[in-house]
Order: sequence, then structure tokens, then C-alpha cells
Amino acid sequence: MTDVRELVRAFRASAPTDDPVAFLRARFDAGLAWVHYPAGLGGLGLPREQQAIVDEELAGTPSNDPRRIGIGLGMAAPTLLRHGTAAQKRRFLRPLWTGEELWCQLFSEPGAGSDLAGLATRAVRDGDGWRITGQKVWTSMAHRARWAILLARTDPDLPKHRGLTYFVCDMTAPGVDVRPLRQLTGEAEFNEVFLTDVFLPDDLRLGAVGEGWAVARTTLMNERVSIGGGALPRGGGLIGVLTALWTGRPDVRTAAAHDEMMRLWVAAEAARLTGVRARQQLAAGDPGPEGSAVKLAFAELAQRITGLELELRGADGLRHDDWTMRRGEAVDFEGRSPTYRWLRAKGTSIEGGTSEILRNIIAERVLGLPAEPRTDTTVPWRELPR
Amino acid sequence: MNLLYSQDEESLRDSLRALLRSRAGSPDDGFDAQVWRLLAAELGVTGLIVPEKLGGAGASLREAALVMEELGRFLTPVPYLGCAVMAVTALRVAGDTTVLSRIADGSACAALAVPFAGPGGDVRVTGGTLTGRVASVADALAADVLLVPAGDELYEVAADGPGVTRTPVVSLDVTRPLVDLTLSAAPGRSIGPAQPALGAARTAGAALLASEQLGVAEWCLDSTVEYARTRIQFGRPIGSFQAIKHRLADVWVSVTQARAVARFAAGAVSGVELDGAEPRLAAALAQAHCGPVAVRAAEECVQLHGGIGFTWEHPAHLYLKRAKTTSVALGTAAAHRGELAGLLGLTPAGTP
Ligand SMILES: Cc1cc2nc3c(=O)[nH]c(=O)nc-3n(C[C@H](O)[C@H](O)[C@H](O)COP(=O)(O)OP(=O)(O)OC[C@H]3O[C@@H](n4cnc5c(N)ncnc54)[C@H](O)[C@@H]3O)c2cc1C
Repeated sequence: MTDVRELVRAFRASAPTDDPVAFLRARFDAGLAWVHYPAGLGGLGLPREQQAIVDEELAGTPSNDPRRIGIGLGMAAPTLLRHGTAAQKRRFLRPLWTGEELWCQLFSEPGAGSDLAGLATRAVRDGDGWRITGQKVWTSMAHRARWAILLARTDPDLPKHRGLTYFVCDMTAPGVDVRPLRQLTGEAEFNEVFLTDVFLPDDLRLGAVGEGWAVARTTLMNERVSIGGGALPRGGGLIGVLTALWTGRPDVRTAAAHDEMMRLWVAAEAARLTGVRARQQLAAGDPGPEGSAVKLAFAELAQRITGLELELRGADGLRHDDWTMRRGEAVDFEGRSPTYRWLRAKGTSIEGGTSEILRNIIAERVLGLPAEPRTDTTVPWRELPR
Repeated sequence: MNLLYSQDEESLRDSLRALLRSRAGSPDDGFDAQVWRLLAAELGVTGLIVPEKLGGAGASLREAALVMEELGRFLTPVPYLGCAVMAVTALRVAGDTTVLSRIADGSACAALAVPFAGPGGDVRVTGGTLTGRVASVADALAADVLLVPAGDELYEVAADGPGVTRTPVVSLDVTRPLVDLTLSAAPGRSIGPAQPALGAARTAGAALLASEQLGVAEWCLDSTVEYARTRIQFGRPIGSFQAIKHRLADVWVSVTQARAVARFAAGAVSGVELDGAEPRLAAALAQAHCGPVAVRAAEECVQLHGGIGFTWEHPAHLYLKRAKTTSVALGTAAAHRGELAGLLGLTPAGTP
């Protein structure tokens, strides 16, 4: 078996040091980007847990900032790996991982959020490509993205899950119009995206025509793992912010708050260990449904922890840091004011599948309970009420 | 720390299930002597954590945790927690070898003479014999040996010896009966200082009780899901109603978390030191989290079974009683949160 630690040390000794991007490219080419990916695509085909050794050995070297490239890393990459052609993998994975090209997700539409398969954006054949027309919404990072994963309808006469096709969208193509959509924190991490007769060559199609839903399910499963699955130390993240406040400010302490804080500490540690276990299962080759549990728990916790923090701070807690309309780059849970944290946490139970939808998925796919009676899965999409 | 189950653990689980399933009977007596003998003779699990040189299997508390899971799932009325986990841990810390060998070969069962919940009993040493009372002792009914703390020492006392009276009490959990213990000039053999032995037994017990609670919660979830799939009302299986699906999904999420926490606790107490901060933290976390999860799962089990769930015939009530009892025994969730706060330096209000 390959000794990863030695490989990394050898790489470190010879890697370019002058330019961060050159370093990241070399790291990718050495197979040390994501070791569980195949050789030639930034990996070495090793068990996923070996990545920890690589990251440990390369601490302090130029980073691609996983938060900034989160959508590419967490959603686009695993989907490309599973469903992309050899050429697509070669074209997209390296600049995705180095952070030279950012990605966004053109899934949700004004009329299709939870019911994603109901979407209306059309893709129509045009010679050796496709013409895309429609409106997407709540699209995080579209204003920075070079590429997007895009789900569009290719056949409105089929039932809704069967008429969808998955594309990679060129965000610089004529007809792509990105407009900021301000959110309740005051800034704009997300956008409205208008697609007007956008031409995409057929080699930007991912998977077969009409198979878009199957491809999208890969994306959605990985989205849940990546939202819930960040590796935190014990007592880190939002619970760390709360306990630091407690330790540093004896004046805010009350008996009731103490018990609530300890409940949250226990819940946070349980959620964290569940995430650790989910990643160990993934590394052992058995992904399991734990990702949904982690995502649901994280969303609820983030809201309760930030809510308690605001209460503890009293009047001081009510001072917001900045309402200026800004184009956000990433979620900043720890860097900004308690009010920002509390407001932004309200999005955690909506983005990436609402908590209600996750409960449906758990109940039906994990526990095997019967689906709700439905009328929308067998009739042509065209005939559905919208 | 690895939170998954090893292959050895999975095959132990299979053997346990095969044995326990064939024995699923009425738990009304609170002790199934035959299954206890089989557990010792066929699987050797009573001596699982007894060192090999004393005739045990020399395994760690991680494997014992797995046994706890299955015993919880089947609600098997045997004194595994009291004897094979807590008494064995206490005896190991006290440095005993004779009782341990007898536990390993299945010829004796031991129990700690301490209340299952709450502070210790009141036993005095006078003229080399023990006199006093300990109320609500778990797993003592089937014990041959009682480990009695008196003064600063831990004593070995023959359970059916002179001066020992065990009075069964009517306990909430009929599958883990309690007794009141009275000692009047009972002869005892000192086997070592009491405090370290009891502290270690308590930490190990609390950590592993989480695995039992996990087994209880899993049974409650599985049986409720099964029922919700098949029970028809309003022309549909009740499990197709979202009000029910979402509650079961929430139970699943908390059981999934309980599994991670219980595995973590079992791993954390599997080292040599049981009085360190890390094992104590893991045990307190486990009890603060897993106790309430099991209670909630059992309560939902009764509720979602409707009228049947409220009957004596349906086993749901046995799980409910076990879940509530274990969430109080060895400390409530609130008490364990207090312990955690101390270990983490998160001081209560009013302290600087
Ligand atoms: C911060 C943030 C970032 C986002 N980023 C992106 C992005 O980058 N790309 C992208 O494509 N999308 C993005 N989204 C959109 C997000 O995926 C959708 O908002 C989400 O899926 C919910 O859809 P909806 O808003 O249409 O709500 P709806 O589906 O209309 O739901 C409204 C309410 O009804 C509930 N509900 C709906 N159906 C059911 C049901 N069957 N049972 C019970 N309850 C139900 C929902 O849970 C919710 O509470 C983002 C959203 C947020 C908040």
C-alpha cells in the first residue's frame, strides 16, 4: 500500500513555492487534492480517510479555501465524477479544485423549490447543442461563478421526473443574466439568474437526455453530506462562540441559561460525533443515510445556539454590525455580529432541502414508510397545476 | 476514535441475536437463569472483560457495550450491567482475582451493593462484620456475591450468607428488579479501597448504559415503524400521514446520534484509566444524551401504537419502563449536564 505520508513529504520538498495557484495545480497533479479520487483526476484512488494525513502534512501551504469553493467541491465534483465523461472530468475537476473556477447551482426556481422536479426552465435541441430559457432563483455565488450545474426540462410531455436533463452551464455565455437578490441579513450571497436563449454545446450535457433526475439525486445527496459534514473540533463552531461568551462574561450568566447551554453543548457534541461517524462510514465505503441526520440536527442547533447567544447579550446583542448591501462571498458564522449569526441561521433549515423535506426523505427512504398519496408523478408535466 | 462496529463485534452481535431471539419469553420474574447460563457457557459474555489469565475473554468495554445493546433490544432479564460490567470493573480496580475467576467461569454472579440511583447506602463495620441498609439495589436478586462499600473499604459478602436479607421491592422496571438489602453482623472480606473501585464502576456503567439505551430506542423505533406501515386508518397506512412520519424521522435522527455517542463513550472507557477526565466526560455526555433519547423513543412507541400501545400484552410498556428507569439510574440527564459543566469549566451562574 502507498505510504501517503512519504508521498506528501516528497511532494512538499519539490513543490513550487513562488505562486499559490502553481502550488495547488502541482498538488492536484500529484494526486494529493482528494486522495479518494482516481489517479489523474487529483487523487490516488485511496481510502478517503487518508486525506486527513495529507491535510495534516500540508498544513500551512497555500489553500483553496473550501468555503469559497464549497458548491464546486461538495456538489459539482462528486456529480461530475460519477456521471461525467472522461473529457468533462479532465476539463473541469482541476480548476474547480484549485479554486481558479468557482461553481454555482442553478436548480431552484420561483415555482420549484422543495418540488425541484417541477421546474420549468426549458432546454431545446439546436443543432449540436441546446438552447436554455428560464428563471432560476436563490442561486448562491452565481455572481462569482464561472460554471453552474443546471437542471432543465427537455420534454414537457413526460411525467415531471422523466423529462429532465442535467447540464453544465457556462456562466459567461450570452443570455445569462445574474441579478443580486438581497437576503434578510442585508447582504446578497444569492441571486436571481435569468437564462434567455443561452446556447450550450452538447458536450456540456451531464448524463443522458431525460436522465437529469438521477444525476440530480447524486448532487442532492452530496449536498446534505457537505452541509452537515464539516469537521469541527469538540466545542468548536457556534457552540464554541456561545461557551466563550459564557466563560468571558460572568455578568450574563443565569441559572436557566446555564442549563440550556449545557443541553445545547450535549446536542452539539452528539451532532458532531454523528458527523464523525458518517465520515467514517463514507471512508469505509458505506455512505449510509447519516448525512441527512447531521444536516437536520445542524440546522436546528444553529438556530437555538444563536438565539440563546442573543438573549444572553441583552441590549448589546441587539446591535447589528452592518446592513450595507454587500455581495457576500461565503457564510461567515464566526466572524460577524451575533445578530448576523442569528439571522443567517434561519437559512440553514431552508437551504439544501428544508427540514420538512428531509424528514419526508428519512421517513420514506430510510424508514420505508409509505409515500404521501400523489397525483403528480404519472401525468405529463405540461398538465400539472402550477 | 473509530465509531463504527468491527467485524468481530458484528459477528458477536449475530450470535447474541440468535441466542436471545430463541429465548424471548415472559420477563415477569425479572431473571432468566437459563439464558444467563447460556450467555456464560455458549458465548462467554459474562466474563468478556475479565482478563484472560483469570479465565475471561480479555475483551474491552467496547465489546461489552455491544452486548448491552442487544440485551437492551431484547430486554433480556439478566444482571449483565450489574455483574459483568460494574462489578467486574470494581473488582479489577480493587485488584481481586478470586471473584473475577468465578464470574469468568460462570459459577458466580456479583453485584455492587449501592442504590441504582442516588447516593450510597449506610453500612458500618463493627467487630469485623457489616451492619446496615442499602435500598433499591439493582441486579442483586440473582447475585451470589455482594460487593459492599463500608467505611473506606469494599467488602465481599456471600449473598445467601448469615446476616444478609434481600427484600424484593416492586420496581417500575420489572425486567431489572431492585432489592432492599439489610445486613446484620454479616461477615465480609475486605478486597480493597472502595472509592476508586466504585468510581470506575460508575463511569463504566454510565458509559455502557448508553448502549443499552440505544438498543431500547432502536427496538422502539423499529417496532413503531413496522406498525405504522401496516396499521390502516382512513383508508391509508397511518405511516403515510406526515404528522406521524415526521415524528418518526425525528426519532430516527436522535437514535442515529445516540449510536455515535454510545460508540464514543464505549471507546472512551475502553482504555486503562477510568478516572481520567476523558472517560468521565464521555460517560456524562452519553447519559445526558442517550437517556432522554430512549425515553422519547419509548414514549412515541406507546403513543403511535394507540390503544394497543397502552395494553399490558404489548411489550411497549416494558421498554417504556426500562427507558425511564435507566434515565434516572446512575444519574439523571440534568445531573450529568452538571458533571459536564464542571469538567468543561462552564461554571454555573453566580460563580466568577
Ligand atoms: C441561503 C440559501 C441559499 C440557497 N442557495 C441555493 C443555490 O445555490 N441554488 C439553488 O438552486 N437553490 C438555492 N436555495 C434554494 C433552496 O434550495 C430552496 O429555497 C428550498 O429548496 C425550498 O424551496 P422553496 O423556497 O421553494 O420553498 P417551498 O418548497 O415553497 O416550501 C415552503 C414551505 O413549505 C414546506 N413544504 C414544501 N413541501 C412540503 C411537503 N411536501 N411537506 C411538508 N412541508 C413542505 C417547506 O418545508 C417550507 O417550509 C437557497 C436557499 C437559501 C435559503
